Amino acid sequence: MRRSGTLFTRLYAVLALLAVTAAATSHAAIAAVSPPPPSRAADGQSSEPGAMLAKTLIEMGSNRLDAALLEVDKVIQRFPNFRLAHLIKGDLLAARARPLRGLGDAPNAPLDRVEDLRDEARVRLARYQLKRPTDRVPKYLLQLNPQQKHALIVDIRSSTLFVFENNNGTPRYVADYYITSGKNGSAKRKEGDKKTPLGVYHVTASLSRTKLSDFYGAGAFPISYPNEWDRREGRDGNGIWLHGTPSDTYSRPPRASDGCVVLTNNDLEAISTSMQVGITPVIIADGIDWVKSDTLASLRKDLLKNIETWRENWESLNTANYLSHYAPGFSSGGQNLAAWSKQKREVNASKSWIKVKLERVSIFLYPGRDNLAVATFEQDYSSNNLSNRMKKRQYWINERGTWRILYEGAA
Amino acid sequence: MPGVTRILLLLASVILSTFVHGQSDEYQEASKLFRAGQHAQALERVDNILKSTPKDARARFLKGLILTEQSKPADAIKIFTSLTEDFPELPEPYNNLAVLYASQGQYDRARGALEMAIRTHPSYATAHENLGDIYAKMASQAYDKALQLDKGNAAAETKLGLIKELFSSNTRGNKPPASKTDTSTRATVSPVVASKPAPPPPAAPVQAAAVTQPAAQPAAATKPAETAKPPAADPSSEVIKTVNSWAKAWSDNDIKGYLGFYAPNFQTPKGEPRSDWEAARRLRIGKKKIEVRVETPKVKITDSNRVSVTFRQDYRSPGFKVASTKTLMMVKNGDRWMIQQERVGS
Repeated sequence: MRRSGTLFTRLYAVLALLAVTAAATSHAAIAAVSPPPPSRAADGQSSEPGAMLAKTLIEMGSNRLDAALLEVDKVIQRFPNFRLAHLIKGDLLAARARPLRGLGDAPNAPLDRVEDLRDEARVRLARYQLKRPTDRVPKYLLQLNPQQKHALIVDIRSSTLFVFENNNGTPRYVADYYITSGKNGSAKRKEGDKKTPLGVYHVTASLSRTKLSDFYGAGAFPISYPNEWDRREGRDGNGIWLHGTPSDTYSRPPRASDGCVVLTNNDLEAISTSMQVGITPVIIADGIDWVKSDTLASLRKDLLKNIETWRENWESLNTANYLSHYAPGFSSGGQNLAAWSKQKREVNASKSWIKVKLERVSIFLYPGRDNLAVATFEQDYSSNNLSNRMKKRQYWINERGTWRILYEGAA
Repeated sequence: MPGVTRILLLLASVILSTFVHGQSDEYQEASKLFRAGQHAQALERVDNILKSTPKDARARFLKGLILTEQSKPADAIKIFTSLTEDFPELPEPYNNLAVLYASQGQYDRARGALEMAIRTHPSYATAHENLGDIYAKMASQAYDKALQLDKGNAAAETKLGLIKELFSSNTRGNKPPASKTDTSTRATVSPVVASKPAPPPPAAPVQAAAVTQPAAQPAAATKPAETAKPPAADPSSEVIKTVNSWAKAWSDNDIKGYLGFYAPNFQTPKGEPRSDWEAARRLRIGKKKIEVRVETPKVKITDSNRVSVTFRQDYRSPGFKVASTKTLMMVKNGDRWMIQQERVGS
């Protein structure tokens, strides 16, 4: 058709811009700017609607507008509420009538909504080009306990939720999904700040569709924000959930929630089989640090050794050594280190013997900082005059090369 | 060679018969009646012609136009479809079919017909224009779905525009040919156009509107003419005022006033009947001294009649205080903004 030359050139420029922006915002370690490898078509990702849409964008970028239109029609047929797909279809059709000025060139459209969908296009294109972490793991996953079948890692930066399975203690990549996070970004501090928290959490409940308004779609999994560390840091707010989308919406823009992590209903259903209430860890980071699986071994060994020494010192009633594992800034339920030490000395003095057994130890490195680790375990305590079993959580901090306990309490 | 001769003979006989029976005059008369808006009489004449020469392309084409004007799109579609079958080399019937399909919202079919028109006559400017309109319309539908805009009456506007287009297709002989190939194009189209004694004068008001259409065409290449209404004034302050009054009615325990802020089509939180919801609210409100304050309201405009407003709601009663984020979806009901949905932010 007429004016096609200009049109194609402009379109191409738009896509090039999209790709560059996407690369700049993704984590360098995993985001490749190059076109997706040919193997992508075979790995099962290609039938994912986001990937189908990314293919449409790439067809557009290669001047194959007819192919792009066919592709986007396929997506819309399967997912009639996929708004970004409709936007791209609009562009592909409008391109035949007039030159496009950019992605989402809808006349008289509310700019904020167009901008939201452009963001989604950027994110989805980057996700399509993302190299899947088949040989690397997020460094936070130091140790999963045998009960934890899966671990979820949410990356705010790439709007992606990664699912890892516990393969005899070694995390192995299973799948990843597009997500929406807080409209004001991450690192939640205050109620109503519309930010998604960063930290180590776990799933605390499973709410089915029938219990929820349509807004939450296929279901919801509340997580344990604010955790012990958040409280210590004075962060508040609550009600951070992983949840689905309303029935008239396939997906929401990348930054649109009030702090929740939102998945498409299909994806929420897909991950729900991996969710164990009270068990499955959900770690939220803003940009993931990926490492080779074996590089975690020494850190894991170091922390396990510290925990084991703490246990031994406690069991052997070596109170001085036992208390040396606690950091100067320690606190637990209103007790500071002095109060805690005093109480422990008194308790230990009344014992003739103690036995402490730890089971199901999981250890996660806290995202955003290298010197904080969360250990959770089942503690079987018995002594001459008292026995109990509890789930315990400790936050270990590394100061000047030594790991010490900063917080300890029931989990 | 024999084949070609036969076609020529056939054509000659058609023309001959036309003159012999004086049907050229009959056609002129029908055409005049049509342009004067006397559709029933025009149809009578045309049917008369078609009785003796049922294959007459000109007469059938005119009949299609009359039926279109008489709002019988299904019949008109039949006529134009049979013309495309009998004269696949003519672009006009395809074009008019497209216009009819478009008026019924069948944009995909309209697109197909126009593409056929252009395939037979690549320089047929009207079909290009119309195709551009169809693509723009389909694009706008897609955009509306993408951006959740409800432009209910936009389709009606387009419909009118396209019917005007139909007439401009009739006057396409007026337009200077866009390229050299156009000469041959017009020669082929002769059964419909060349036999016309004169281009139809812009008599009817519809016609007058159609004349402006081609003039707009070159400009359309850079930017489509925007006929949309000017954007309405920002309703934000009006909306915020309403939200504050709503909070005040609540604070004042003015249950009647409070309930009056909810639109007739208010979506109750759990989908319960409106009366149940109202009863529950009556039980809650008016029992104790409370204060509801609206802080940092932010209005997002969906369209001129719909907004959402998000704010921090400070609720205090003796011994109880809670702050939460709330979103009200509001609709304009006459000159009042009313609550259609009330949601607590997650």
